[in-house]
Amino acid sequence: MSAIVSFIVGLAFGLGLIVAGMTDPAKVLAFLDLAGSWDPSLALVMGGAIPVSAVAFWMARKKGVSLLGRPIQLPDTRRIDWRLISGSALFGIGWGLAGICPGPALTLLGYGAWQGLVFVAAMIAGMILYGWLLERKT
Amino acid sequence: MAIDWSSFTPAGSIAGGVLIGLAVALLLLAKGRIAGVSGIVGGLLSPQRGNVAWRLAFIAGLLAAPLMYGLFAVLPESRIDAGWPLLLVAGLLVGFGTRLGSGCTSGHGVCGMSRLSPRSILATLTFMGFGFATVYVMRHLIVF
Repeated sequence: MSAIVSFIVGLAFGLGLIVAGMTDPAKVLAFLDLAGSWDPSLALVMGGAIPVSAVAFWMARKKGVSLLGRPIQLPDTRRIDWRLISGSALFGIGWGLAGICPGPALTLLGYGAWQGLVFVAAMIAGMILYGWLLERKT
Repeated sequence: MAIDWSSFTPAGSIAGGVLIGLAVALLLLAKGRIAGVSGIVGGLLSPQRGNVAWRLAFIAGLLAAPLMYGLFAVLPESRIDAGWPLLLVAGLLVGFGTRLGSGCTSGHGVCGMSRLSPRSILATLTFMGFGFATVYVMRHLIVF
Protein backbone atom coordinates (compact mmCIF):
# COMPACT_ATOMS: atom_id res chain seq x y z
CA MET A 1 0.00 0.00 0.00
CA SER A 2 2.73 2.36 1.04
CA ALA A 3 4.72 1.58 -2.10
CA ILE A 4 1.66 2.13 -4.29
CA VAL A 5 1.01 5.52 -2.72
CA SER A 6 4.66 6.47 -3.15
CA PHE A 7 4.60 5.40 -6.79
CA ILE A 8 1.50 7.52 -7.42
CA VAL A 9 3.17 10.47 -5.72
CA GLY A 10 6.24 10.10 -7.93
CA LEU A 11 4.08 9.74 -11.02
CA ALA A 12 2.05 12.85 -10.19
CA PHE A 13 5.21 14.77 -9.33
CA GLY A 14 6.81 13.79 -12.63
CA LEU A 15 3.69 14.60 -14.62
CA GLY A 16 3.57 17.97 -12.89
CA LEU A 17 7.17 18.66 -13.89
CA ILE A 18 6.43 17.71 -17.50
CA VAL A 19 3.23 19.79 -17.72
CA ALA A 20 5.09 22.72 -16.17
CA GLY A 21 7.88 22.48 -18.73
CA MET A 22 10.44 21.86 -16.01
CA THR A 23 11.89 18.84 -17.80
CA ASP A 24 13.14 21.24 -20.48
CA PRO A 25 16.52 22.50 -19.16
CA ALA A 26 16.50 25.33 -21.71
CA LYS A 27 13.27 26.61 -20.15
CA VAL A 28 14.74 26.43 -16.64
CA LEU A 29 17.87 28.25 -17.79
CA ALA A 30 15.67 30.89 -19.44
CA PHE A 31 14.21 31.59 -15.98
CA LEU A 32 17.70 31.86 -14.49
CA ASP A 33 18.82 34.16 -17.32
CA LEU A 34 17.68 37.47 -15.83
CA ALA A 35 19.88 39.52 -18.15
CA GLY A 36 18.71 37.71 -21.25
CA SER A 37 15.36 36.78 -22.71
CA TRP A 38 13.62 36.04 -19.42
CA ASP A 39 10.98 33.30 -19.04
CA PRO A 40 9.15 33.77 -15.70
CA SER A 41 7.42 30.37 -15.92
CA LEU A 42 9.38 28.69 -13.11
CA ALA A 43 8.13 31.32 -10.67
CA LEU A 44 4.56 30.40 -11.52
CA VAL A 45 5.34 26.72 -11.06
CA MET A 46 6.40 27.50 -7.50
CA GLY A 47 3.37 29.78 -7.26
CA GLY A 48 1.12 26.84 -8.08
CA ALA A 49 2.90 24.30 -5.89
CA ILE A 50 3.53 26.27 -2.71
CA PRO A 51 -0.05 27.23 -1.78
CA VAL A 52 -1.25 23.63 -2.29
CA SER A 53 1.67 22.33 -0.26
CA ALA A 54 1.03 24.96 2.42
CA VAL A 55 -2.52 23.70 2.95
CA ALA A 56 -1.17 20.17 3.32
CA PHE A 57 1.40 21.23 5.92
CA TRP A 58 -1.29 23.08 7.83
CA MET A 59 -3.43 19.94 7.84
CA ALA A 60 -0.43 17.81 8.83
CA ARG A 61 0.36 20.01 11.82
CA LYS A 62 -3.18 19.60 13.06
CA LYS A 63 -3.35 15.86 12.56
CA GLY A 64 0.09 14.77 13.66
CA VAL A 65 -0.36 11.29 12.22
CA SER A 66 -0.40 10.30 8.56
CA LEU A 67 -3.28 8.43 6.92
CA LEU A 68 -1.21 5.25 6.96
CA GLY A 69 -0.65 5.67 10.66
CA ARG A 70 2.89 7.04 10.73
CA PRO A 71 3.77 9.99 12.92
CA ILE A 72 4.36 13.09 10.85
CA GLN A 73 7.87 14.22 11.74
CA LEU A 74 8.93 17.36 10.00
CA PRO A 75 12.51 18.56 9.58
CA ASP A 76 14.04 21.28 11.70
CA THR A 77 13.31 24.77 10.40
CA ARG A 78 15.63 26.81 12.53
CA ARG A 79 19.26 25.69 12.28
CA ILE A 80 21.15 27.85 9.83
CA ASP A 81 24.79 26.89 9.43
CA TRP A 82 27.64 26.86 6.96
CA ARG A 83 26.46 23.56 5.53
CA LEU A 84 23.10 24.96 4.56
CA ILE A 85 24.59 28.01 2.90
CA SER A 86 27.55 26.40 1.15
CA GLY A 87 25.52 23.37 0.09
CA SER A 88 22.81 25.59 -1.38
CA ALA A 89 25.45 27.68 -3.13
CA LEU A 90 27.08 24.62 -4.73
CA PHE A 91 23.67 23.27 -5.71
CA GLY A 92 22.75 26.63 -7.25
CA ILE A 93 25.93 26.68 -9.31
CA GLY A 94 25.37 23.14 -10.54
CA TRP A 95 21.75 23.98 -11.35
CA GLY A 96 22.80 27.08 -13.26
CA LEU A 97 25.35 25.15 -15.32
CA ALA A 98 22.93 22.72 -16.95
CA GLY A 99 19.46 23.79 -15.81
CA ILE A 100 18.82 20.39 -14.25
CA CYS A 101 17.94 19.61 -10.62
CA PRO A 102 17.20 16.24 -8.98
CA GLY A 103 13.50 15.80 -9.84
CA PRO A 104 13.78 16.72 -13.51
CA ALA A 105 17.01 14.72 -13.74
CA LEU A 106 15.23 11.49 -12.85
CA THR A 107 12.29 12.33 -15.11
CA LEU A 108 14.76 12.94 -17.96
CA LEU A 109 16.08 9.46 -17.30
CA GLY A 110 12.55 8.27 -17.98
CA TYR A 111 12.67 10.16 -21.30
CA GLY A 112 15.55 7.87 -22.21
CA ALA A 113 17.85 10.83 -22.72
CA TRP A 114 21.56 9.96 -22.47
CA GLN A 115 22.09 13.32 -20.83
CA GLY A 116 19.76 12.21 -18.04
CA LEU A 117 21.90 9.15 -17.47
CA VAL A 118 25.16 11.12 -17.35
CA PHE A 119 23.68 13.76 -15.03
CA VAL A 120 22.05 11.26 -12.66
CA ALA A 121 25.23 9.17 -12.50
CA ALA A 122 27.25 12.28 -11.66
CA MET A 123 24.62 13.42 -9.16
CA ILE A 124 24.74 10.10 -7.33
CA ALA A 125 28.54 10.22 -7.41
CA GLY A 126 28.40 13.69 -5.88
CA MET A 127 26.07 12.46 -3.14
CA ILE A 128 28.36 9.53 -2.36
CA LEU A 129 31.36 11.85 -2.32
CA TYR A 130 29.59 14.03 0.23
CA GLY A 131 28.97 10.97 2.39
CA TRP A 132 32.63 9.95 2.25
CA LEU A 133 34.02 13.40 2.96
CA LEU A 134 31.64 15.03 5.36
CA GLU A 135 29.25 12.67 7.02
CA ARG A 136 30.14 11.65 10.58
CA LYS A 137 31.02 8.02 10.85
CA THR A 138 29.61 6.42 14.00
CA MET B 1 15.20 42.36 -18.25
CA ALA B 2 13.29 41.45 -21.42
CA ILE B 3 10.39 39.05 -20.86
CA ASP B 4 10.24 36.28 -23.44
CA TRP B 5 6.47 36.29 -23.96
CA SER B 6 6.62 33.63 -26.66
CA SER B 7 8.19 31.13 -24.24
CA PHE B 8 6.22 32.11 -21.14
CA THR B 9 3.66 29.41 -20.35
CA PRO B 10 1.58 30.68 -17.40
CA ALA B 11 -1.23 28.12 -17.68
CA GLY B 12 1.02 25.08 -17.97
CA SER B 13 3.27 26.39 -15.23
CA ILE B 14 0.46 26.87 -12.72
CA ALA B 15 -1.21 23.59 -13.66
CA GLY B 16 2.06 21.68 -13.33
CA GLY B 17 2.82 23.46 -10.09
CA VAL B 18 -0.55 22.53 -8.62
CA LEU B 19 0.02 18.91 -9.61
CA ILE B 20 3.42 18.98 -7.89
CA GLY B 21 1.75 20.51 -4.84
CA LEU B 22 -0.83 17.73 -4.80
CA ALA B 23 1.94 15.12 -4.98
CA VAL B 24 3.66 16.80 -2.04
CA ALA B 25 0.36 16.84 -0.14
CA LEU B 26 -0.30 13.16 -0.75
CA LEU B 27 3.15 12.06 0.39
CA LEU B 28 2.91 14.24 3.49
CA LEU B 29 -0.61 13.31 4.57
CA ALA B 30 -0.49 9.63 3.59
CA LYS B 31 3.07 8.81 4.63
CA GLY B 32 4.26 11.74 6.72
CA ARG B 33 7.20 12.30 4.38
CA ILE B 34 8.72 15.36 2.74
CA ALA B 35 8.76 15.19 -1.07
CA GLY B 36 12.31 16.46 -1.40
CA VAL B 37 13.84 14.54 -4.29
CA SER B 38 17.46 14.96 -3.22
CA GLY B 39 16.54 13.64 0.23
CA ILE B 40 14.56 10.74 -1.16
CA VAL B 41 17.48 9.70 -3.37
CA GLY B 42 20.07 10.46 -0.70
CA GLY B 43 18.28 8.25 1.79
CA LEU B 44 18.88 5.29 -0.52
CA LEU B 45 22.63 5.73 -0.25
CA SER B 46 22.60 4.84 3.44
CA PRO B 47 19.65 2.47 3.38
CA GLN B 48 17.75 1.67 6.54
CA ARG B 49 15.30 -1.19 6.91
CA GLY B 50 11.76 -0.16 6.17
CA ASN B 51 12.99 3.05 4.60
CA VAL B 52 13.87 1.81 1.13
CA ALA B 53 10.80 0.52 -0.70
CA TRP B 54 8.84 3.76 -0.67
CA ARG B 55 11.85 5.67 -2.00
CA LEU B 56 12.29 3.23 -4.87
CA ALA B 57 8.57 3.40 -5.60
CA PHE B 58 8.65 7.22 -5.71
CA ILE B 59 11.63 7.19 -8.09
CA ALA B 60 9.89 4.56 -10.22
CA GLY B 61 6.93 6.93 -10.44
CA LEU B 62 9.17 9.77 -11.61
CA LEU B 63 10.74 7.50 -14.23
CA ALA B 64 7.33 6.28 -15.37
CA ALA B 65 5.85 9.77 -15.75
CA PRO B 66 7.23 10.51 -19.24
CA LEU B 67 6.25 7.03 -20.38
CA MET B 68 2.70 7.53 -19.16
CA TYR B 69 2.49 11.07 -20.55
CA GLY B 70 3.74 9.80 -23.90
CA LEU B 71 0.81 7.38 -24.15
CA PHE B 72 -1.66 10.27 -24.34
CA ALA B 73 0.23 13.20 -25.76
CA VAL B 74 3.47 14.24 -27.40
CA LEU B 75 6.10 14.84 -24.74
CA PRO B 76 7.17 18.49 -24.55
CA GLU B 77 10.61 19.09 -25.97
CA SER B 78 13.62 18.77 -23.71
CA ARG B 79 16.44 20.94 -25.00
CA ILE B 80 19.81 20.15 -23.44
CA ASP B 81 22.78 22.09 -24.78
CA ALA B 82 25.28 20.91 -22.18
CA GLY B 83 27.84 18.39 -23.40
CA TRP B 84 28.87 15.48 -21.21
CA PRO B 85 31.73 17.30 -19.42
CA LEU B 86 29.42 20.09 -18.29
CA LEU B 87 26.72 17.57 -17.36
CA LEU B 88 29.27 15.69 -15.24
CA VAL B 89 30.39 18.81 -13.38
CA ALA B 90 26.82 20.05 -12.96
CA GLY B 91 25.64 16.67 -11.69
CA LEU B 92 28.49 16.40 -9.20
CA LEU B 93 27.76 19.87 -7.83
CA VAL B 94 24.03 19.20 -7.60
CA GLY B 95 24.59 15.85 -5.88
CA PHE B 96 27.17 17.15 -3.42
CA GLY B 97 25.45 20.47 -2.83
CA THR B 98 21.97 19.09 -2.19
CA ARG B 99 23.28 16.65 0.41
CA LEU B 100 25.41 19.31 2.10
CA GLY B 101 22.55 21.80 2.04
CA SER B 102 19.92 19.21 3.00
CA GLY B 103 17.59 19.88 0.09
CA CYS B 104 16.80 21.12 -3.39
CA THR B 105 14.05 22.94 -5.29
CA SER B 106 11.39 20.47 -4.10
CA GLY B 107 12.59 19.97 -0.53
CA HIS B 108 13.51 23.55 0.32
CA GLY B 109 11.84 25.44 -2.50
CA VAL B 110 8.38 23.90 -2.33
CA CYS B 111 8.06 22.00 0.97
CA GLY B 112 10.22 24.21 3.17
CA MET B 113 8.98 27.52 1.78
CA SER B 114 5.34 26.44 2.12
CA ARG B 115 6.00 25.89 5.85
CA LEU B 116 7.69 29.29 6.04
CA SER B 117 10.81 27.54 7.33
CA PRO B 118 13.57 30.13 7.79
CA ARG B 119 16.12 27.43 6.91
CA SER B 120 14.42 26.68 3.62
CA ILE B 121 13.73 30.30 2.74
CA LEU B 122 17.43 31.07 3.16
CA ALA B 123 18.46 27.93 1.27
CA THR B 124 16.11 28.79 -1.60
CA LEU B 125 17.30 32.39 -1.82
CA THR B 126 20.88 31.08 -1.84
CA PHE B 127 20.52 28.48 -4.56
CA MET B 128 18.35 30.78 -6.64
CA GLY B 129 20.92 33.55 -6.29
CA PHE B 130 23.79 31.30 -7.27
CA GLY B 131 21.71 29.91 -10.11
CA PHE B 132 21.06 33.40 -11.47
CA ALA B 133 24.72 34.34 -11.03
CA THR B 134 26.01 31.20 -12.74
CA VAL B 135 23.80 31.68 -15.79
CA TYR B 136 24.83 35.35 -15.93
CA VAL B 137 28.50 34.39 -15.93
CA MET B 138 28.05 31.57 -18.43
CA ARG B 139 25.92 33.55 -20.87
CA HIS B 140 26.92 37.18 -20.45
CA LEU B 141 30.43 37.34 -18.99
CA ILE B 142 32.40 34.45 -20.42
CA VAL B 143 32.96 35.01 -24.10
CA PHE B 144 34.17 32.01 -26.09
